[in-house]
Amino acid sequence: MTVTLGVLYITIGVLFTGGALAALYRIVVGPSLLDRLIASDVLLTTLILVVGAEMVYNGHERSIPMMLVLAATAVLSTIAVARYASGQGTRTKEGS
Amino acid sequence: MSLDDVLDIISALLVLVGAFLTLAAGVGLVRFPDALARLHAATKPQVLGLIAIVIAVAIEARSWQVLLTLIPVLLFQVLLAPIAAQMVGRAAYRTDNYRADLSLVDDLAADVERATSDAERANVDTDRTDRDDRA
Repeated sequence: MTVTLGVLYITIGVLFTGGALAALYRIVVGPSLLDRLIASDVLLTTLILVVGAEMVYNGHERSIPMMLVLAATAVLSTIAVARYASGQGTRTKEGS
Repeated sequence: MSLDDVLDIISALLVLVGAFLTLAAGVGLVRFPDALARLHAATKPQVLGLIAIVIAVAIEARSWQVLLTLIPVLLFQVLLAPIAAQMVGRAAYRTDNYRADLSLVDDLAADVERATSDAERANVDTDRTDRDDRA
């Protein structure tokens, strides 16, 4: 039983690490600001999920406020940078 | 194999679902060609993965109260993720940050065209009234 759970948790760790590393790769490589923005959003989502997974693994509920704050504030940076990026456009003209 | 063991395995499997969706988002980020497609890949763990993890935490704690305290997390994410995605998609469209050769239909192009011509006509009108006012 513990062996099954151990294998499951190792698989979970590998999958989370792979997702986070892929997002990191996209943040580093780019090519555009928006790609990096989307990738950093994925990295933050991964962080929320990992905090939850850690609670399941260690069997406590102390990190719930952290998940709540992360979920509530994740959107602010995305909206701010997206608004900044749409002001840099090739398509947008002055005054629009 | 007691009920506790079964519940432990169920919650671990739910976490596995969340982890798999995270990896899928990562693979999509690396493999997909443009910002809009990457945006599509990024939304998978944001809602479905989070639902799986939240249920897993509640099952691991064997508590309805924990589930209730986790509902706001889900609520924030479900309400705010579409807003962020819409802003990013709007920015991507405006900055031409997508591969037009890969998309079949651009439903927004006609509307943008009409809005631009409307705005230009309105600008001409206001210019004329300004001049009339001054004269």
